Amino acid sequence: MTRPVAVVAFAQAASVRREDRRNEVEMLMPVVRDALGECGLTRADIGFFVSGSSDYLAGASFAFVHALDAVGAWPPIEESHVEMDGAWALYEAWVRLQLGDVDTALVYAFGKSSPGPLRELLALQLDPYLMAPLWPDAVSLAALQARMLLDSERVTEPDMAAVVARSRRNALGNPNAQLRGETAVEALLAEPYLVSPLRRHDCPPISDGAAVVVLAAGERTLRLGARPAWITGIDHRIEVHALGARDLTESPSTALAAKRAGVFEGHVDVAELHAPFSHQELILRDALQLDGHTTVNPSGGALAANPMMVAGLIRIGEAARRVMDGAASRAVAHATSGPCLQQNLVCVLEASANGSDGERGNA
Amino acid sequence: MSSEPVKSIQTPIALEYSYTPGLASSRFLRGVATGKLVGQRCPVCRKVYIPPRGSCPTDGVPTEDEVELPDRGVVTTFCIVNVPFAGHAIEMPYVAASILLDGADIAFQHLVQEIPAAEVRIGMRVEAVWKAREQWGPSLENIRHFRPYEGAV
Repeated sequence: MTRPVAVVAFAQAASVRREDRRNEVEMLMPVVRDALGECGLTRADIGFFVSGSSDYLAGASFAFVHALDAVGAWPPIEESHVEMDGAWALYEAWVRLQLGDVDTALVYAFGKSSPGPLRELLALQLDPYLMAPLWPDAVSLAALQARMLLDSERVTEPDMAAVVARSRRNALGNPNAQLRGETAVEALLAEPYLVSPLRRHDCPPISDGAAVVVLAAGERTLRLGARPAWITGIDHRIEVHALGARDLTESPSTALAAKRAGVFEGHVDVAELHAPFSHQELILRDALQLDGHTTVNPSGGALAANPMMVAGLIRIGEAARRVMDGAASRAVAHATSGPCLQQNLVCVLEASANGSDGERGNA
Repeated sequence: MSSEPVKSIQTPIALEYSYTPGLASSRFLRGVATGKLVGQRCPVCRKVYIPPRGSCPTDGVPTEDEVELPDRGVVTTFCIVNVPFAGHAIEMPYVAASILLDGADIAFQHLVQEIPAAEVRIGMRVEAVWKAREQWGPSLENIRHFRPYEGAV
C-alpha cells in the first residue's frame, strides 16, 4: 500500500536559447517563489528538497551545491540531488514521502544547455573506453535510431514532420515554449537534412531553463485546498548501455514502466511525452499504446523547449497542470534520459487519489 | 596477438564553456573594476554578503539592496601556506586569510602580506593594497593583498 502523494504546484522559467545574464541560482529563485506561492507554502513548510541537474552542463564541479542558494539552507534542510533530469528527483521525493515522517517535498531542476558544446558534451555519457573517444554526438545517435525506425517501415518522414507541426502549433498556447508557430508538413519536408534522416526541426532546440514541482502527501495535500494531481503510479526502467545491444525502434523500458505505473488501467486524456526528437514521440506512443483519443504534448513538448535536466520534470508539471485545472482527469507524463531513449520514467496523474475509475475504495 | 592485458588508453577530453557569472556577480565585478567593493543585503536577515551571489544562501531570497563597503576589515581566520602551487609567483610562506570587511557579514579569502607570517593573528585589522589603477579589471586580483592597518573601525 503506497501513501497517496500529489503534485500541488508547478512553476517554470520560460525556456530560452541562451540565458547569459542570470546564473542558475538567479534563474531558479523566482521559480521557487512562484511554486511555493501557488500552494501557499513557505520554505519552512517543506520537509524535503531534491534537485536534478548536471554539473557537466555548467562545466563546474558541485554546481548543484551552489544551486542550494536558490532555496536557502538555514536552518539546515534535508536535501538530496540526482545527476539526472528533475523527473528522477521527483521520483526520489515520492519515495521519500512514502516514509511518512514528512508531508511535503520541493523538487527543482535547472539546466543551461548554452554554456558548453551540448551535442559533443552528451557523448560523455557513453561508454568511456570504446564509444566516447569517437565523440558520437547526440544528434547523430538519434539519427541512427530514426534511420532504423524508417527502415522498419512502421514510420515515414511525413509522420515525423507531422509530430513537429503539431508540437509547434500546440506551443502557440505555451508562453514558456521556445519554438512555436504554424507550419505545414510539406514545407517541413522541403527543408534540408541536418543529419540524415533528421532535419533541424526533428531535433530539439538548445534551451536554458528551470522548473519546480511541489509534492504533498496524505492529509496535508487536502489542507492545501486546490485540486491536486494525485500520482497514482510512477515507475522507471533502464535498458543496456551498449546501443548495439538494443532494438532502437522500440522502447521496452517505457512499456514496462507504463505497465508498472498502471497506464493501461484506464483512459489517458493527456500525455506529456519527453521526446527530444520527432521520431522518438512515435516510438513512445507505440510503447504507451496511445491512440487518437489522447491529447499528446499540449505544451508543445521537448521539440518546442528542451532544457536539459529540466524537460522531463516539465512534462510531469505540464501533465499535472492539466489535471489541476480540470482539463484532464487522467494524464500520463514521461521523461527520458540517456541516448536514444535509454532510460524512461512514466508517471500517472489523476484527479482522484483512488484512480479515475473510483473502484479501488477510499484511501 | 598478444595476451598481455591493455593497461591504459588515452582518450583526451576538452570542452569549452562560456561562463555566466550572473547579475549579482557581474555588478560586483564591474564595481571592483572601478575600485569599489559592493555587497548585497538580505531583506530577511539583513546580512550583507560580499562578494554577492544574488541570493541569501540561508533565506533563499534575492538580495537586491546594494551596500558599498570599505576596503578594510578584520582577519577572522588564516593559515600559513608552505606549499607552492603552479603558476603563482609568491614568496613562501604566505598567509591565506578569511577577511571580514567592516559592515559585511561574510568573510572572503585573500592574502595577507607586508607582515611576517608568524605575526598574523585572528582579529588583526587589515586594509587592501590595490594594484596600480591602470592594471584594474573586473577581478578581485585588483587587490594585490591585504596588510596590517592600525586604525579605528
